[in-house]
Amino acid sequence: MSRGRLLGGALLLIFAAAPFVPMGGVQQYVLHVAIQIFIWSFIGQAWSLMGRFGLVSLGHGAFLGVGAYTTTLLWNFYSLTPWIGALLAVAASVALAVVLGIPCFRFRVIGHYFALVTLAVGEVIRLLIIAERDWTGGSLGASLKTAGTASGLWTLQFADKRVFYYASLGLFLAGLWVWDRVDRSMARSALEAIGEDETAAASVGIRVTRFKLGITMVSAALTALGGVLYAQYISYVNPDTLSGIGVSLKIVFAVVLGGMYSLMGPLVGTALTTALAEGLRIAFGLKFLGMADTIYGLLLIIFIIFLPSGIYGSIREALRRRTAGVRS
Amino acid sequence: MDPIFLVEAAINGILLGGVLALLALGLNLIFGVLDIVWIAYVDLVMLCMYAVYFFNVAFGWPIWAAGLVSLAAGALLGVGVHLLIISPILTGAPINQLLATGGLLFFLQSAATFLWTTDHKTVRLSLPSYEIAGIFLPATRIIPFAISILAVIALYFFLTRTYIGTAIRAVSQDRDAMSLMGASPQRIYIVTSAVGGLMAGLAGALLIFQYSVHPFFGGQFGPLTFMICVLGGLGNMVGAFIASFIMSEIIAIGGVVISTEMGYVIAFVIFIVMMFVRPGGILAKRE
Repeated sequence: MSRGRLLGGALLLIFAAAPFVPMGGVQQYVLHVAIQIFIWSFIGQAWSLMGRFGLVSLGHGAFLGVGAYTTTLLWNFYSLTPWIGALLAVAASVALAVVLGIPCFRFRVIGHYFALVTLAVGEVIRLLIIAERDWTGGSLGASLKTAGTASGLWTLQFADKRVFYYASLGLFLAGLWVWDRVDRSMARSALEAIGEDETAAASVGIRVTRFKLGITMVSAALTALGGVLYAQYISYVNPDTLSGIGVSLKIVFAVVLGGMYSLMGPLVGTALTTALAEGLRIAFGLKFLGMADTIYGLLLIIFIIFLPSGIYGSIREALRRRTAGVRS
Repeated sequence: MDPIFLVEAAINGILLGGVLALLALGLNLIFGVLDIVWIAYVDLVMLCMYAVYFFNVAFGWPIWAAGLVSLAAGALLGVGVHLLIISPILTGAPINQLLATGGLLFFLQSAATFLWTTDHKTVRLSLPSYEIAGIFLPATRIIPFAISILAVIALYFFLTRTYIGTAIRAVSQDRDAMSLMGASPQRIYIVTSAVGGLMAGLAGALLIFQYSVHPFFGGQFGPLTFMICVLGGLGNMVGAFIASFIMSEIIAIGGVVISTEMGYVIAFVIFIVMMFVRPGGILAKRE
């Protein structure tokens, strides 16, 4: 364990110092990729909080879209600071989670059915954003109004990418902390029992609906925060990139690829898919549109068939088996 | 609003419902037997539509021959998906099967983008349009509707009157009992996947009459098809048939009265509410 901590500390130092390493012209690009990885890993962690307990949601785009659009529209129309906007965004997202969660868990919508209901919710949010085009910009999306000279901490708009780098790194670490807290809590055992067999869990006195609703609310809140930061960074929101089936599946797959049962799985998965997409884009340019995602899709199928616990999860399992072998 | 628009929308809804029924029945057949939702089902339809497009437009085959190619392609794809993706993980966690076909969805969408770009491709057919009492009925909608109803009837007879069809229904009722009777489920699975793929091929050949094909075609009909299957009751063929028409009517009439997006929103919200009220589907008896 101490070796693990040492490695973690070293990695953290590298991450913290990265923006000050002189990289010349590529620095902006490296920072951009790193910010994307941190934000999407954070969203992946939020998803895996539910996914690891068998609550497979295919509609996390709904929470992401609600988060990103709430702050962006409040800023654009009422010049409301994103600090309050983010609070409202999280509140809206949690409210959506409750409205969806209570009937879902009361009526025992589980497994395939839960996946399909959440998928429908994601599509509903996407279609509502498109339908309300008068103020959301419809399928063309909406740009965040620039703060101009007022940019800074109050408006959460920064010209310097380093600020966003640290913000996304901080959020990512906070996500790790939440994941770890859940992992060590009683709720984890309860939720695992629920994931195995709801009736059995209820029969030993576990409050099934309450635990499931709780973890769904936490997951929705974190996903909305990720959406807020992403919208502030990109300063553009679009219904297709922030809600609906496409982005929901992207979140799920990055986590599955990395491993949804492990702390670092979402980071490994997101880093790998981002690196693959960026690498292929640099290597081939836009000439081979879709090439990166083709390889990505193929990898996903192969991984789900041969390594169901993901890359990081499988490596960890293999290491654990080896150390266990040495000891015995 | 002129009531004639509503009547026209209702008729268009019925015509769309016929083709949706084909999609829903194909997916539902696979679900009933294998207990797996192929998330990528409509993307297989998309590949079949490309097959029709290429054979008809690029190679100059007549449309019916291109349609037959599409049927064959669909059946082959169905068997391929089963043997390559589903078969190895059939005994694994159910959610992995869902995710594996989700990976296939990604693969097919992006492979189609890579190979054929995102351009919308259309088969140009010059077919007449009929006018009855002020309502226009284009043949590009009537012919697919008629063929899909015939196909649904054929599927019904296949499942009820043939030996293999009976076996398929038996597996969908109780998988373990079938193997105890000495039958091999593996063969039934392959036949089911082939028939499901065949339905996808037929749906592709019919959808290209009305819609242009592009790599993201699956996103247009995919969610809707799952909703219909669940609404009708997963594995329940009659329920899926009825649900197709309910959903297509909501979308068609909602689209005219409010807007296309709101038509879909209403359909999806009804689906979500129905999941709470009647999780077993519209035909299920309440417990």
